[in-house]
Amino acid sequence: MIPEIGHFALVLAFCSSLLLAGVPALGYALGHHTLLASANRFALLQMALVTVSFVCLAAAFLRDDFSVSIVALQSNTQLPAHYKFTALWGGHEGSLLLWVLILAGWTAAVALTGKHIPIAVKAVVLSTMGAVSVGFLSFMLFTSNPFERELIATPADGQDLNPLLQDPGMVIHPPMLYFGYVGFSVAFAFAIAALVRGRLDASWARWARPWTNIAWAFLTVGITLGSWWAYYELGWGGWWFWDPVENASFMPWLVGAALVHSLAVTEKRGAFKNWTLLLAIFAFSLSLLGTFLVRSGVLTSVHSFAADPTRGLYILGFLFIVIGGSLTLYALRAPESAFRPTFAKISRESLLLANNILLVCAALVVLLGTLFPLIMDYLDLGKYSVGPPYFNAMFVPLACGLALLTGLGMFSQWKRTRDLKTLVREPLVLALITALVLPFAWGEWQWLASLGLFFGLWLIFASVRSVVHQTRNAATRLSGLKRLKLSYLGMICAHIGFGVAVMGVTVVSLYSSERDLRMAAGDALDVGSYRVEFRGTAPVTGPNYAGTQGDIRLLRGGREVAQLLPEKRRYHARGDQIMTEAGIDAGFLRDMYVALGEPLGDSAWAVRVHYKPLVRWIWLGGALVALGALLAVMDKRYRLQRLQEEV
Amino acid sequence: MHPLRRQRLAIVLLIIAGTAAAAALLGYALRENINLFYPPSDIVAGKAPVGRDIRAGGMVLEGSVKRASDSLQVSFIVTDYQANVPVTYTGILPDLFSEGEGVVVLGQLDAEGLFHADQVLAKHDENYMPPEVTDALEKAKSQSGAPEPSKPY
Repeated sequence: MIPEIGHFALVLAFCSSLLLAGVPALGYALGHHTLLASANRFALLQMALVTVSFVCLAAAFLRDDFSVSIVALQSNTQLPAHYKFTALWGGHEGSLLLWVLILAGWTAAVALTGKHIPIAVKAVVLSTMGAVSVGFLSFMLFTSNPFERELIATPADGQDLNPLLQDPGMVIHPPMLYFGYVGFSVAFAFAIAALVRGRLDASWARWARPWTNIAWAFLTVGITLGSWWAYYELGWGGWWFWDPVENASFMPWLVGAALVHSLAVTEKRGAFKNWTLLLAIFAFSLSLLGTFLVRSGVLTSVHSFAADPTRGLYILGFLFIVIGGSLTLYALRAPESAFRPTFAKISRESLLLANNILLVCAALVVLLGTLFPLIMDYLDLGKYSVGPPYFNAMFVPLACGLALLTGLGMFSQWKRTRDLKTLVREPLVLALITALVLPFAWGEWQWLASLGLFFGLWLIFASVRSVVHQTRNAATRLSGLKRLKLSYLGMICAHIGFGVAVMGVTVVSLYSSERDLRMAAGDALDVGSYRVEFRGTAPVTGPNYAGTQGDIRLLRGGREVAQLLPEKRRYHARGDQIMTEAGIDAGFLRDMYVALGEPLGDSAWAVRVHYKPLVRWIWLGGALVALGALLAVMDKRYRLQRLQEEV
Repeated sequence: MHPLRRQRLAIVLLIIAGTAAAAALLGYALRENINLFYPPSDIVAGKAPVGRDIRAGGMVLEGSVKRASDSLQVSFIVTDYQANVPVTYTGILPDLFSEGEGVVVLGQLDAEGLFHADQVLAKHDENYMPPEVTDALEKAKSQSGAPEPSKPY
């Protein structure tokens, strides 16, 4: 009964999304106030119906209702309850429902909060989001219904969730990522509304900015969590693989970063209007492309579910309509807004423009590397794969340029910049000296390490110098700090985060030590100043698995620092699928990472021992970037503006 | 020339030069770092280059996995049930690597036809098969009209 209610609610949600897409748009065409005002109600109705549907599916999972096909595929009676719930998005259909729920959530949030936005704008925005929702809901109902049932041959037990996904990281990684992906639909909808109305002043940028920041912050968190999860769960200690699906989330992130900055210029200076519109369209289009790449199964990846060609075609068609439609609209309307504000060669505008170009270039490089195998395969020119060396060779120089400009940008002013040279000198020299010396902390000096560290340190020192400069007129530094705007502090926080991540990436890439070796009980290995002792293994049992636990001691100077318990698990319901759980001694300056390979007989095991300096800095940097983006949203400006317009 | 025109010309030339440089760099990076996939039949037929980074894939032949007793060296045979390619690898195999399952290896072929793998990729989910492997197996099957391989995939 419950699955039927869920299915029924989903059909009704589809109807409400049709109304949401159609009625306010009609109201806009006719200039009819009641029809325009209906958008809010339809948005909330859709939200309620999708929620009912989601709750029903969750109930089916928690009650082990194996008559529902995806429950039988992705869950099991032995699965712990919290993983039963997250198993909902462990497959294609369920993750789409999560996607739609989040889209409905964003739509409802826009409906509830945007009281200061003119009713006609809001109606068009909500209607656009409704249209996106129509696309996804029909996709679900017609090609991937999560409530499909197998009533006659109901299996006694489910096939269990993929053990890789039975992990706390997996509980939050997909929702965070989806919040980000889908959040770009808000900026997209505001851009479409601006184009439809032909009113391309700075107002749409002001309305869209907080939403874009929030979405981008979530995407940052999602990507960071994904990297962290891959590191400890996949058992090979990598933190980024240039896997097509990682790229699929990284491309909208890069364009989103460009959009966040470009929106600032459009709002403050009225410049880059056309460019910002395009970025808003592309950030969302790339989110959709990401969905296509992940969901269609065209690529070999950790994230691919079993392929179904009709699904791929459907998303491709949807993608075509969204990109084609919005670009056509852009071509028809955008030139009307030709207005050229002036700015000097070195100014905040010009530096932000350069930063935008670099970010978009980076996104294009990733896009090319990701789509190249698909294009070649489609043209029947062979089955290629593009390896990490391509991405590193292309991406790293762009990231360095970006770091350099980001630091400069913090000292620049709108229109034209004075005393850039004097401000830049201190952080530049300091970063240079520190970067030349610092690599010795990890052993042999490498010029690449100095180079990478320089860019990271430059970002951090430039941020600090900028704060010092901003507070120079205050009575005390503290009182000056208190007077700084949250949006400014957000920027500083995000840029320091960028620097921290650059340092982490540099050091972990150049100074990691990775040893795979055969170890019998009693064997030891020296890694730098650490000693890794293998004490042997013991059997271990969990709720739905059995396995072996290794006992590895980490010693330093003869004293035990940590006991590491890496595991090799066998998940019963998945035909004894084997899973590695790494044993990690995490630290601010270094991680020691051990994982069991396979048993080699005579109580010996293949053991992976990694020493990873500064690896945590990568995720710390990601977290700071996300925090910065959120701080900027909490700026008084957005609250004041809301109050004023309400009065 | 009119100064404004000269400035425009300079900008256009700069854009063209920049685009050309970017395209050249891209082409270079791509050419050096893409790996072509060869099914076992093609490798045995001598269609794959020797000493270059390539990818190969198929099923791990049952009973072919042999481990060295004193190191992490391991050898196995990748097959599409028409042709067999011997592979050698030193290191830890992925969790889902096992006999009779799909695998993709990345490495170089030597003159004797032995594949030296730098990387071994197995699938991530028991229901999932890398598209290249599925394709290679189907092609091998259709070329010979042989019966289905014993293990359904």
